[in-house]
Amino acid sequence: MQAFLQQILNALQLGSVYALIALGYSMVYGIITLINFAHGDIFMVSTYVAFFVGSALMAYALKLPGLITFLLTMFASMMFTAFLAVVIERFAYRPLRKAPRVSAVITALGVGLFLENFTLATIGPHPRFLPPIIPVQRFTIGGIATSNIQLIIIFVSAIVMFLLDTIVRRTMVGMAMRAISWDKFTVPLMGVPMDRIISITFALGASIAAVGGTLYGFVYTIDPYMGIRIGWWAFISAVVGGIGNIRGAMLGGYLLGLVEIFTPVILPSSTYRDFVAFSMLLLLLVFRPYGLLGRPVTQKV
Amino acid sequence: MEKVSGLLSPVRNFWNSFYSAWPDPVKKAFTPGLVGLLFFIMLVFPALGLINLYWQQVLIYVGINIILTLSLNLVNGYMGEFSVGHAGFMAVGAYVSSILTVWVLPKLGLSAYAPYLFPLVLIIGGLAAGLSGLIIAFPSFRTRGDYLAIVTLSWNMIVKSILENIEAVGGPRGFMGMPKLTNLAWVYVWVVITIWFIRNLVYSNYGRGALSIREDEIAASLVSVDTRKVKIVIFVIASFFAGIAGGLYAHVLLFINPRAFSILKSTDILVMVYLGGIGSIGGSILGATIYTVLLELLRPLQVWRWVIGPLLLVLLMIFRPRGIMGMREWGFLVPPEERPETWRKERETIILPRLASTRANPER
Repeated sequence: MQAFLQQILNALQLGSVYALIALGYSMVYGIITLINFAHGDIFMVSTYVAFFVGSALMAYALKLPGLITFLLTMFASMMFTAFLAVVIERFAYRPLRKAPRVSAVITALGVGLFLENFTLATIGPHPRFLPPIIPVQRFTIGGIATSNIQLIIIFVSAIVMFLLDTIVRRTMVGMAMRAISWDKFTVPLMGVPMDRIISITFALGASIAAVGGTLYGFVYTIDPYMGIRIGWWAFISAVVGGIGNIRGAMLGGYLLGLVEIFTPVILPSSTYRDFVAFSMLLLLLVFRPYGLLGRPVTQKV
Repeated sequence: MEKVSGLLSPVRNFWNSFYSAWPDPVKKAFTPGLVGLLFFIMLVFPALGLINLYWQQVLIYVGINIILTLSLNLVNGYMGEFSVGHAGFMAVGAYVSSILTVWVLPKLGLSAYAPYLFPLVLIIGGLAAGLSGLIIAFPSFRTRGDYLAIVTLSWNMIVKSILENIEAVGGPRGFMGMPKLTNLAWVYVWVVITIWFIRNLVYSNYGRGALSIREDEIAASLVSVDTRKVKIVIFVIASFFAGIAGGLYAHVLLFINPRAFSILKSTDILVMVYLGGIGSIGGSILGATIYTVLLELLRPLQVWRWVIGPLLLVLLMIFRPRGIMGMREWGFLVPPEERPETWRKERETIILPRLASTRANPER
């Protein structure tokens, strides 16, 4: 039982990161029906930004308290990736808004590969560690080993997800987003600045991925190709939850975290996790083609 | 690109005047003659040492990539669906045909005949890939649009993951020991077969069904195209050819590992399809050739060539979303009855005289 709870805690930690990235996929898909394959690599860039900013703050800055350094690192990473996502949207996706949808998806694949290989060419392939901005403290609660980092990851993600859900449901920007995803032909006629709302969506999605990236960097190593695997896993999370649905993306993220943690427990080796996750996805698509919380889209003739 | 074709128009005009002056039997023999001549070159030049080994290898890769590009173009370009996991089918073909040559043929005592049994081995590999395509096609064509992308992608990941976990075929370390059976002539033969098959398929009833699905699936189903069946058949054919290409690839590299068939490889194939142009056989040939040779030429740049490739793709999509040839075709790849000059001729020799005669005596 204790081992089980321990694994649940680990799954929550990993699932939070997946959920944070899956949100970006889901928001972008919801608003312009584009599978933004570059999102995983935006996440990768965000961990590198966190790495450089964090290292610089640790090395040169005044002796700031750990929490402020952490927040500054995360903020810098969020700003940079939001800017990057807006630039990508402006120069790669916007010209293709009226082109066949497949062209935009291919462009997204190309942008993702470009980001990966550009990082590889400029920064190098070595795996790196984020500096210890917040010193790790391990402790046990009721026999379950945990650390302050693990709790920070789970709580920060929960707060960010709650904030995003509020933004989408309660603010004017969120209302505009939902309106555009409902009907993108009429909404601009009502005076909603569609391009700006789409840019905001990209910026929001990327900055949430950056929160995930910074948190991820505290625990795992970072390298230029890490965005591929995590990006795909987050993408599956988004699809499992029902792509375009924000709460579905969160649910999917936590489910995928569970799958990743519990596969090595049940099957002989951890290399089966891709197999399990993708088979689960295929089975789900057969029985519930629109995901767990998604609703079917009817096509007008 | 329109400007480029404008620049080339004197060449084309010269060629047309030259070509139309030939007598009909010569015209008819032109394409087979060209194919035969090229086969002769592919067979004799390497034997005489006129092409060095490096360029032979590059040409073999070009050929394999042409097969892959054409087969993916069938799904993505002609049928308008979006399949992104083509390397998965290639992996199935590569592993099945390698297992056949490494384990099954020696066990049957046939390894001495391997060069002669090579086509059979490839076809079995291709059939295995086609079968896997069938398994995937059934669930995926229940829905439409992006879901095929998700399903094919998952399939690619599943294949890679399974191969990494089968210790018998080397797991993540890879599989080796196949004899070097692929040579320029064989690749050329398979390229010709692929082009011939896909050209005939595209201009057949099934092909027209696929084209109508691309234009408007609902309208196609209303004019009694069995859309689901057409989609499955086209998809299985595409995976068959991907399997053939995988077999050729395994028997030229003599080493395969699951990582070689990851999503990166699938993306490469996508780049070639969209570079050359969707819905065009000539475009696929051009796209595969240009991309393969370009990456070879950029080899001195090392890591940066993997930066230039994707950048090229993005720029291409923005400025020319349909690729170099997009939906156009080289004349000799179009069946005679489909060519505009045939229509023009028909109009001048049959329709216009008839119209003129009806105008002359309206009673008829």
